[in-house]
Amino acid sequence: MSTQSDNQTAAAGNRSSGWVVFVFFMIGLVASIISGWVAFPELLYSTKQQPIDFNHQVHLEQMGGQCNSCHFFREDGSFSGSPTLEECKSCHMYPMTGNENEQKFIDEYVNQDKEVPWLIYAEQPPCVFFSHAAHVKGADMQCATCHGDIGHSTSLREYQENRITGYSRDIWGKSMLRLGEPDHGGRHQKMNDCAECHLKETGSKGDCFQCHK
Amino acid sequence: MKIDRRCFLSLVIGGAVGTTLTPVPWKLTDDIAIWTQNWSWTPEPEDGPSKFVKSVCTQCSGGCGIIARTIGNRAIKIEGQPDHPVNNGSLCPKAISATQHLYGPSRIQGPMKRAGERGQGKWEKISWDEAISTVTEKLAELRTRGKPHSVACISDTDRNSVAYLLDRFLRAYGSPNFIRTPSSADAQELALYLSFGRQGTIGYDFKQSDFILSFGCALMDGCDAAGQMMSAFGDMDKKTRLVQIEARLSDTAAKASQWVAAKPGTETDLALGLGHVMVRDGLYDKAFIDSHGFAFEDREDEAGNAYPGYRSLVRDYSPEKVAKTTGLPEKTIESLARAFARARRPVAVTGFSNPAAASVNQALAVFALNALAGNFQKPGGVFVIDEPDYLSWTEMKIDKTASAGNQQARIDGAGTKRFAHTRYLPNRLPEAINSSQGDSPVQALLVAGGNPLYTLADPQSAKKAFEKIPFIVSFSTFMDETAEQADLLLPHPHFLECYQDVPTPAGMAKTVISLARPVVKPVYDTRHTGDVIIETAKNLGGFIENAFPWKNHEDFLKKTLSDQWETLEKQGYWTDDSSRDNSLEKLFRTSSQRFEFLPRAGFETQGSENPKSKVQTVSLPGDVNELPLVLVPYSTIRISGGAVANTPFMTKTVDANVIAQQDVFVEINPETASEYGLSQGDKATLKTPAGNAKVRVNLFEGIMPGLVAMPAGLGRTGFSDYIAGKGVNVYGLIAPAADPASGLNAAWGARAAIGKA
Ligand code: SF4
Repeated sequence: MSTQSDNQTAAAGNRSSGWVVFVFFMIGLVASIISGWVAFPELLYSTKQQPIDFNHQVHLEQMGGQCNSCHFFREDGSFSGSPTLEECKSCHMYPMTGNENEQKFIDEYVNQDKEVPWLIYAEQPPCVFFSHAAHVKGADMQCATCHGDIGHSTSLREYQENRITGYSRDIWGKSMLRLGEPDHGGRHQKMNDCAECHLKETGSKGDCFQCHK
Repeated sequence: MKIDRRCFLSLVIGGAVGTTLTPVPWKLTDDIAIWTQNWSWTPEPEDGPSKFVKSVCTQCSGGCGIIARTIGNRAIKIEGQPDHPVNNGSLCPKAISATQHLYGPSRIQGPMKRAGERGQGKWEKISWDEAISTVTEKLAELRTRGKPHSVACISDTDRNSVAYLLDRFLRAYGSPNFIRTPSSADAQELALYLSFGRQGTIGYDFKQSDFILSFGCALMDGCDAAGQMMSAFGDMDKKTRLVQIEARLSDTAAKASQWVAAKPGTETDLALGLGHVMVRDGLYDKAFIDSHGFAFEDREDEAGNAYPGYRSLVRDYSPEKVAKTTGLPEKTIESLARAFARARRPVAVTGFSNPAAASVNQALAVFALNALAGNFQKPGGVFVIDEPDYLSWTEMKIDKTASAGNQQARIDGAGTKRFAHTRYLPNRLPEAINSSQGDSPVQALLVAGGNPLYTLADPQSAKKAFEKIPFIVSFSTFMDETAEQADLLLPHPHFLECYQDVPTPAGMAKTVISLARPVVKPVYDTRHTGDVIIETAKNLGGFIENAFPWKNHEDFLKKTLSDQWETLEKQGYWTDDSSRDNSLEKLFRTSSQRFEFLPRAGFETQGSENPKSKVQTVSLPGDVNELPLVLVPYSTIRISGGAVANTPFMTKTVDANVIAQQDVFVEINPETASEYGLSQGDKATLKTPAGNAKVRVNLFEGIMPGLVAMPAGLGRTGFSDYIAGKGVNVYGLIAPAADPASGLNAAWGARAAIGKA
């Protein structure tokens, strides 16, 4: 017949000791911190290449140094975004240079009458209403202020796509903590970035419905 | 060292604590929020360049010009066309929210035939070829049996190209039974024919008038008039006086300079009473009456028979007597008559967007006021607009079967000896079918435009009549109340998807033809009714085929509008501004070549020589003791009372004391309510000779005691779940009451009783 104290000793003997528990706790803690900071960002984004390696610099020179030669405002004031095949074709119906990227563009898109599936670094979800006209025409801002000096780049950066949302990593920024400015210049483009700039420039973060109609 | 459950738990806890020290939870929350925006059913705005297409709204007879903004093949927004002569940029909420109907679940998505019992809602998809050959076979069979006249067609207009093609088709085929659904314009147009000898519409120059006397017109409360009135009132100077005669404080009455609350159903008496004062005091345009008036004074015909004139007629309508009938003080009648007579450019209006039916006599009595004011074809006055003349094609050759069919009497009784000048009697159709012994006189019914099972007075008996018709085809764009009871659905495209001409809307003082154009490509497998008619005619062959030498509706329209087509394509409308002849010389085409105060044609039809019989007012059926109250319909711009139901967006704008959940509120004066022990919000049962309804009570000081008012346009069963099942169809509670002069329905209300439920 065992006594009460026997029972307690037996129970203690069956249990792992305090430091073992602590070690496991630390393993969990450290492993999750490492995976959260190192593995998670790697897993969250997939790296994609643009369908054509586009040289902005060359085009800018040829088109008179103006972004709006290709990224223009439509008659109704709305912004055209990336040029459509139709617009590219107005120059590149046939090869103009010996460039391999141009050849690829003509073979794969012009000849097959297919729109180029550009991956857009600054694409926002459809619930966001953003007016380029208000910023570029109204507030006289430069394209580079938000997009960086992409106009003088000779090659397109790789595109990191968020596997959950499908949008570019540029919006959140490379740093998980959202520290610092983007390497490519310009700004990050989350709602807080808009609000911060608006607060500085206009004295108010703005109202919800200004962007979320 | 022992590894047990505790170790595992602490590993997990350590992991959880560690995770909160990483960006994972915060970043994932953010990403998941964005991910939800990617779900396929989350609406996404189109992106791309906008296009603007000028077109016209055809959702009611208002004819408002619109500009549709599209991106790609998506209609984004409908706005008023700023320079359009009808609405000048204004629009009612039905047009503003029209895209909701275009893309909404009420659409019929392709041709279908009934698969279950009628009204069961079971349909089977079929091809257009099968659909059209089913119609052709049925029509061919009826013709072979010598019964072409048993085919009837119901439409909401007899004025546009589709109506013209339908009517032409029936004549080539051999049926006189083209029927137009009822509207407040019916009595008006008949009165115009009787007193002016013209077929057309009446226009009012509201913008330039300085005194508008409206006999219950829902000028600012409903469709039909909405675009015109918003535009006119925007332009009017502040001195314009609007006097609204109505038993209820409607929006129009609220905006008027003066609200005259006469008892409903006594408008004719009031108009004659005003005429009495004007004639008695010599306040009328003698020159006009001398040179253009007929039957103002007593007269004799060639055979020496004596007929009283307008002067003798109104002698009986002294202010004292009219005060009793209308419930207005004598003083009001006297001063109103004088104010009208003394205004520089007065105009009296009736039968323009009225929610309730009115009699031909009411229209004639109001025309007489305009004649006394001598305001025909003058700025600020009354204009006559002829039926569109562009729709006239050379007569066609027809065969013997067709001509025998065409000579049969119309099933609705219009144009028979009794109702010689009435063109259509839609409200008599159900009765004609229900009272027939044996087979229904209508063996095949084509419903192309309009929604008779909703808009006819007493739709229950119309539904019973439809049950007896063996073959019903609906061309409706939407699954409306009539389409629900059809055997075959041949959906017409939405008005933003096709060409349609819109002739001058009633009320316009000049000719305005507008063109609805395809704003977007058809969303569903629909076909223009005009195309279907032409194809059916071709299938039937022979003379019928020859009567339709056009490729399709668009070809017909282009050839028909040849002169105006280019203007229509460019600016969306065409007007006769510069070419109008406004002289009085050729205005009157009656047998006297004058304006007939008491029309001779009217006497003939009634076979009566006693003018008193001409001013009979229409009395409502039912026992006054049992049904002591009167139910009247009212319109509101937020609820569509016509064939096409409101959009769900419109329903959202309706006040909570008009509809709450599924219940409709009836307006009732607090005094009357307390007599019946009713208070605000109470559930009640409303009873009329036509039926019962569950309603709720809204106490309203702005309605005359003894009345119950209910908005028109509710109680739908068709369209979609977002629209159906709200409230009660007020016209279902108002049984038709025939106007003895015309046979038209002139039930301005219904006797009613109300009690707590
Ligand atoms: S009044 Fe009639 S025609 Fe005018 S916008 Fe409204 S529904 Fe359309």
